[in-house]
Amino acid sequence: MKSYKEQIWQTLFLIAACASIAAVALICIFLFTNGSKAIGEIGLWKFLTGTTWRPGNDIYGILPMIVGSILVTFGAIVVGVPVGVLAAVFMAKFCPKSIHRFLKPLISLLAGIPSVVFGFFGLSLLVPLMGDLTGSNGKNILTASILLGMMILPTIIEVSESSMRAVPESYYEGARALGATHERTTYTVMLPAARSGVMAGIVLGIGRAIGETLAVIWVAGNQPRMPKGLLKGIRTLTANIVLEMGYAADLHRDALIATGVVLFVFILIINLTFSAIKRRMQV
Amino acid sequence: MKNKPLNKRDLSISTILYRIFTFLGIALTILVIVSIIGYILITGIPNLSADIFAWEYNSDNGSMMPAIINTVIVVLLSLIVAVPLGVGSAVYLCEYAKTGNPLVKVVRLTTETLSGIPSIVYGLFGSLFFVRFCGFGLSIISGALTLAIMILPIIMRTTEEALLMVPIGYKEGSYGLGAGKLRTVSKIIIPSAMPGILSGILLGTGRIVGETVALLFTAGSVAAIAADITKSGRTLSVHMYALSNEGLHIPKAQATAVVLLVIVVLLNGLSAVVAGKLTKSKDKESK
Repeated sequence: MKSYKEQIWQTLFLIAACASIAAVALICIFLFTNGSKAIGEIGLWKFLTGTTWRPGNDIYGILPMIVGSILVTFGAIVVGVPVGVLAAVFMAKFCPKSIHRFLKPLISLLAGIPSVVFGFFGLSLLVPLMGDLTGSNGKNILTASILLGMMILPTIIEVSESSMRAVPESYYEGARALGATHERTTYTVMLPAARSGVMAGIVLGIGRAIGETLAVIWVAGNQPRMPKGLLKGIRTLTANIVLEMGYAADLHRDALIATGVVLFVFILIINLTFSAIKRRMQV
Repeated sequence: MKNKPLNKRDLSISTILYRIFTFLGIALTILVIVSIIGYILITGIPNLSADIFAWEYNSDNGSMMPAIINTVIVVLLSLIVAVPLGVGSAVYLCEYAKTGNPLVKVVRLTTETLSGIPSIVYGLFGSLFFVRFCGFGLSIISGALTLAIMILPIIMRTTEEALLMVPIGYKEGSYGLGAGKLRTVSKIIIPSAMPGILSGILLGTGRIVGETVALLFTAGSVAAIAADITKSGRTLSVHMYALSNEGLHIPKAQATAVVLLVIVVLLNGLSAVVAGKLTKSKDKESK
C-alpha cells in the first residue's frame, strides 16, 4: 500500500518525464502552424524550388539556400571526416596512454568552443587567409566548408574513437595471429568493424553542420543566389533567417519562419537516421 | 607492446602509408586546436583592459560587465527550470518506469530530437512561443525558458548515466532497512548520483554561456543590465556577436572572445573532473 506522499512524488516524476515530450510537441506545433502560413500563400512548390529570393518584390524562393546548406555541409564532411576518422584511429589504436591523457581533453575543448568564437576566428583569420590564397574576398563555399569541417571534427573523433574501442579485442587478436601487422589489422579489421559507429558520428556531424549559423554567416558571403562555384559566396538556410529576421514583417517574416521549418524537417530526417543507425549498433 | 610491429621486417610500404596517414590525421587535428586557441589568446589578451569590465556600458568602453551579469541571471533562471525537470525525468525513467513501458521509448526519442535541434530553431520557437504567444516579449525570461528546453536533454542524460551507476547494493540495503521507494530515491540514490547531476549542470551552464542565436531572437541584445527578468538584455555571447557584427569594436570583441573561451573551457573541464570522480568512486566500489 503506497502512501499519499509516495503517490504524489511518483506523479511529479512522471510529469517531469513528460516535459521533453511536451517541448517537442510545442516546437512542432508552433513551427509548423506559423510556417504553413507563408507556404500556403506562396505555394509549397514555388517556395521550395524558386531560385529567386527578393523580399522587396515579394518573391520568395529558397532553393538557393537549400542548395547552399547542402553544399557547405557536404564540404564540411569532405574536410572533417577523413581527418576526424584518421585522428580517431590514432586515438584508439596508436596513441600511448600518456599522450592520450593529454589529447583527449584537448579534443573535448575543441568541442566546447562556442560557435560565436568559431565564427569570429573564421571571420578574422580564415577569411583574409583564403582571400590572399584565392585572390577573392575570401568569403565563399570553400572557406565555410573548412570552418565547419573544423567544427565537426571533435564530434567525429569522439564518436568514432569510442566505437573503435567497442570492437571486441578478439578481432584484433585474430587478425594479428593470422600475421597481419598492427596497422593492417587496425585499418582492415577494426575500422570496418566500427563502421556503424563512424557513420553515426558522421550523421551527428551533418546535423551540427547544417544547423550551424554564426560560423557560416561571417564566412560564406550570404549571396542569395544559386551557387556559381567553390570560390563564390553562398547563403545557407540558417543565415537567411538570422540576416533578415531583425527587420522582416508580414509575409517576409512568415517566409523566414517557413525557412526555419524546412531546416527543421532536414534536422528531423537526420535525427531519425541517427537513431536508426544507433539502434542497429545495439542489435 | 602491441603498438609495435613484431619485428622490423613488418615495415612494408602499406604499413608506412597507414602510419603516415594516421599521424597526418592527428597532426591536422592538433593544428586546428592550437591555431584556434592560439589565435584567440594572442589577439585577445593584449586587449584585456580594466575599462572593458566597467559597470556601465557605453560605445567607448564596450564594457562586457552588464553582459556578464545578464549571463549569470540567464544561467540561474534556465537551471531553475531545467534541473528539476531533467533530474525528475531521469529518476522516473531509471527508478519508476517498468521495463518495456512505451512512455520510456517516447521520452528517449523526444530527448534525442531535442538534443539534435540547432540553436537557430530554438530561437525561432522561442520567439514564436515565449516572446509572442505567451506575451513575455524580448526578455531575459523568454531567453532563459528557451535555453531551459535546450539544456534539458543534457541534464537528463548525465543524470541518467549517474543513476545507472549507483550500485544496486545501495538500493537493496535501503529497502532491506525498511525504507520506501521515495525515501530510497531521495536519501540514497540521488545523493550518490550527485556528482553526475553536478557535471550535467556544469555542462548545461557551459552550453548556455556559449549560446548566441537562440538568445538573439528571445532575449534581445540590449547592452545594459536587465532591470528585471521581463526586460531585454544581452549575454556575453550575444555581446561578442554584436561587437564583431558591427565591425567597430574588433579589439573589444577579441578580448570578449578570450573571456568567453576561458569561462566555457573552465566549465567543461570542471564538469569532466566531477564526472571523473563519479567513475572513480564506482571503480572503488566494484573492487
